[in-house]
Amino acid sequence: MSIAPKAENPSLQSQRARVASDLRRVVATDSVLDEEESLRPYECDGLSAYRRLPLVVVLPDTVDQVQQVVRYCHDNDIPIVARGAGTGLSGGALPIEDGVVLSLAKFNKVISVDKDNRTAVVQPGVRNLAISETVSHLGLYYAPDPSSQIACTIGGNVAENAGGLHCLKYGLTVHNVLEIKIVTIEGDLVTIGSNALDSPGYDLLALMTGSEGLLGIIVEVTVKLLTKPDCAKVIMASFDDIEKAGNAVANIITAGIIPGGLEMMDNAAIRVTEDFVHAGYDVEAAAILLCELDGTPEEVDDEIERVKLVLEQSGYTQMQVAKDDNQRQLFWSGRKSAFPAVGRISPDYYCMDGTIPRKTLGSVMSKVDELSRQYDLRVVNVFHAGDGNLHPLILYDGNVEGELERTEELGGAILDLCIEVGGTITGEHGVGMEKIDHMCIQFDTLELSQFHAVKQAFDTKRLLNPDKAVPTLHRCAEFGAMHVHKGQLKFPDIERF
Amino acid sequence: MQTHLADFIRNTIEGREADAILRKCVHCGFCTATCPTYQLLGDELDGPRGRIYLMKQVLEGVTPTSTTQLHLDRCLSCRNCETTCPSGVQYGRLLDIGRVIVEQQVERTEVEKLKRKLLRLVIPYRNRFGPLLKIGQFFRPFLPKPLKQATPAARAAGVWPQADKHDRRMLVLNGCVQPAIAPDINSATARVLDQLGIGLTTANDGCCGALSYHLSAHDEALGFVRQNIDAWWPYIEQGVEAIVITASGCGVMVKDYGYLLRHDTDYAKKAATVSDLTKDISEVLYTEDLTKLKTKSNKKVAFQAPCSLQHGLKLSGKVEDILARLGFSLTTVPDTHLCCGSAGTYSILNPVISNQLKKRKLEALCSEQPDIIATANIGCLTHLESEATVPVVHWINLIAAMSHEK
Ligand SMILES: Cc1cc2nc3c(=O)[nH]c(=O)nc-3n(C[C@H](O)[C@H](O)[C@H](O)COP(=O)(O)OP(=O)(O)OC[C@H]3O[C@@H](n4cnc5c(N)ncnc54)[C@H](O)[C@@H]3O)c2cc1C
Ligand code: SF4
Ligand code: SF4
Repeated sequence: MSIAPKAENPSLQSQRARVASDLRRVVATDSVLDEEESLRPYECDGLSAYRRLPLVVVLPDTVDQVQQVVRYCHDNDIPIVARGAGTGLSGGALPIEDGVVLSLAKFNKVISVDKDNRTAVVQPGVRNLAISETVSHLGLYYAPDPSSQIACTIGGNVAENAGGLHCLKYGLTVHNVLEIKIVTIEGDLVTIGSNALDSPGYDLLALMTGSEGLLGIIVEVTVKLLTKPDCAKVIMASFDDIEKAGNAVANIITAGIIPGGLEMMDNAAIRVTEDFVHAGYDVEAAAILLCELDGTPEEVDDEIERVKLVLEQSGYTQMQVAKDDNQRQLFWSGRKSAFPAVGRISPDYYCMDGTIPRKTLGSVMSKVDELSRQYDLRVVNVFHAGDGNLHPLILYDGNVEGELERTEELGGAILDLCIEVGGTITGEHGVGMEKIDHMCIQFDTLELSQFHAVKQAFDTKRLLNPDKAVPTLHRCAEFGAMHVHKGQLKFPDIERF
Repeated sequence: MQTHLADFIRNTIEGREADAILRKCVHCGFCTATCPTYQLLGDELDGPRGRIYLMKQVLEGVTPTSTTQLHLDRCLSCRNCETTCPSGVQYGRLLDIGRVIVEQQVERTEVEKLKRKLLRLVIPYRNRFGPLLKIGQFFRPFLPKPLKQATPAARAAGVWPQADKHDRRMLVLNGCVQPAIAPDINSATARVLDQLGIGLTTANDGCCGALSYHLSAHDEALGFVRQNIDAWWPYIEQGVEAIVITASGCGVMVKDYGYLLRHDTDYAKKAATVSDLTKDISEVLYTEDLTKLKTKSNKKVAFQAPCSLQHGLKLSGKVEDILARLGFSLTTVPDTHLCCGSAGTYSILNPVISNQLKKRKLEALCSEQPDIIATANIGCLTHLESEATVPVVHWINLIAAMSHEK
């Protein structure tokens, strides 16, 4: 269900001119983009197969401006799509034709750092990595580290409940944020959460985290910081068979070890990233596992021995411990750049984001391989193996007619597979526009109705990122008609259109 | 990324190259993170991914307006984005192609045209720029502050040792502005190489061509390139070991000669030979035995890595390594990957952004109170010097001065 631009409705153009001129009363002239030429680069996020030209793009730089922009949109029934760095992979920041893209990119300051309480207050457009860089001299860091951390914003992280390489041990975004300030669709500034570990009443902060821009505009975030571990070491183990590597992951966890990070890459991924970072990966291996252990030096040494033993029993072919912190960083930096490094061997990729129970990793791998052959499309595999979060990257060429469609079918088949083995359709990249139809498979009518009720409570007019994340029941009905899951219609109780 | 190049460009050399580059970009956005202009302005149109998109539109047949031109003009050509890009997108090449097309399709204002023309008419020519600078330097004490800052103080040329006492010979590029502003850089290079047993000579060369090239005057640039090749060729035939470049900005250009003239039947081979022989002075010293040089200094040095050195020539860490081997204590400089805002003629054409970047860079460089700032490119040197509170020198001058103290 990719989306490509269509010819524009002329009435949109007059609306565009009006909205732009109104918004220029609120923000600087050059902070409102309304020429098609300038709007195009905002037509997609990191999932560039989905494109839609927005009505206007607005780039405020004060919270007050955000409030005024939102109020204006609310009063005039104009949809709003918030945008951070636009690195999302599910089309969450995909614009809406008659809607405003509200960029938070100018909010890129760290407001304050509280060394004693180990917290930092940052603007939403601050890059994830910039937080850790800012507090590094204090021996602190911000734990969730999505592979895109160099570029993605903390606002986007909260909106997607982003995960990362070290989330297995240190939790997702939701576990590392204490308080946020949002602008509601009515334009009010509201604080959610508190500096304490728990706050009375419903846990609205957890609800907001992962809400994909549907419930409010995040304008400030207070994050928890952690003390850098005394010692961190990473093991790289090679396997001659991807299933063996998958089983090794399950074995490590079963042995009761919780590594700081546990990641897996298949041969194709190893080769493209080695090309970029020259980390010294074993380019002959069918798969490698990167396993990081951190803590006190004694703990680490002890766990390294335990992991080595498990790896041995799991049938590794080669093993190496990063010789120093530089090489450790390099090992991770390769893993973090794996998606875009794939651009070296393919003009386009489509990144899937399912999760599966860890014990099925090995068998799911083989099935994905089978599917790849069946659809005649290459698949590169990179995972947050430790938490069973798969990222099969389907390689395709957008210039070849029909390839994108075939890619999406294969993607759909992989997600079906995830659900079949008891997993979910998204681990961390969110539903956005991309996986919206799969929400119909994952959830039933009642569950979806509850999601809508939540949306309704925050945004009665449905103006915040309206067509994303939670499908309308109508949409599911239409989709259900096309997608008969295991021989059963998923929504037999909904009228079909 | 999906592309549909327009007929006017699809089957040209540039078109094919641009298409291959565009198709490599997977739109991940990593590059925006290290782009100095995106950091300052926060608009994707002022970051690499947005600029790539703007150029893609033009190549796909959309007629650009001054908006596209503005955002391309604001690009520093620092190529930080290339270093960051995991996919290996050659942004710099795409920009060279994109800028020329936009230049053809968008008329500039008369003032803008004049500014660009003047830059191209004066700076690349030693016999034009030199005298003008001398006049400026003469009146420097009386100039208003901004002009004074922009006019570097005069420097003595320094002694140039005899080259022919050594068997090993290298050639050094004179270039255009450097001999006028800082003649002491090449003479210092000659003295340091002399101690290493290498004789350094010069030929009657001129501007490397980068200035015109980056102002989208490609033919003019290639004229300079051919002149330099002609000037150097006899020396190459006599067996000079290397063409040494002491301004990393020029180094990037000269290393590209082979590529730029690859379709020129008369020059392709010679140009490739020149590029192969070209070495930044740091590459030369890096592989030499430096024990012959004096190795004690108590100076605290902050090194500014020019973009042309780290992102263009991809020589990160070499100079720092050499200085450390020679006993200098180097300060830790935050955000070393960011541009200082000099960027060739950028400081003249985009003074506001350029100054903001300069301020940030000087803050970063001075964060550990160095005694001196060292750089590797004449453009950065004069740009930083104009507001620095400590002296700014080419790093080779540090080494030459130290040996002098013997
Ligand atoms: C190469 C690559 C690797 C990646 N690796 C990971 C990974 O390891 N883990 C992971 O979790 N994700 C990963 N991602 C996905 C992406 O980086 C994350 O989803 C990230 O959190 C998005 O941040 P952003 O600032 O780019 O947000 P955008 O893409 O701009 O927006 C994402 C969503 O958040 C909403 N939003 C953004 N800012 C705000 C705000 N201030 N208020 C309200 N809503 C807002 C948008 O409307 C949209 O729905 C990766 C992406 C790429 C391209
Ligand atoms: S980092 Fe490279 S692949 Fe990613 S958007 Fe930038 S240029 Fe494109
Ligand atoms: S060359 Fe420099 S200024 Fe230009 S887009 Fe790349 S990083 Fe930004």
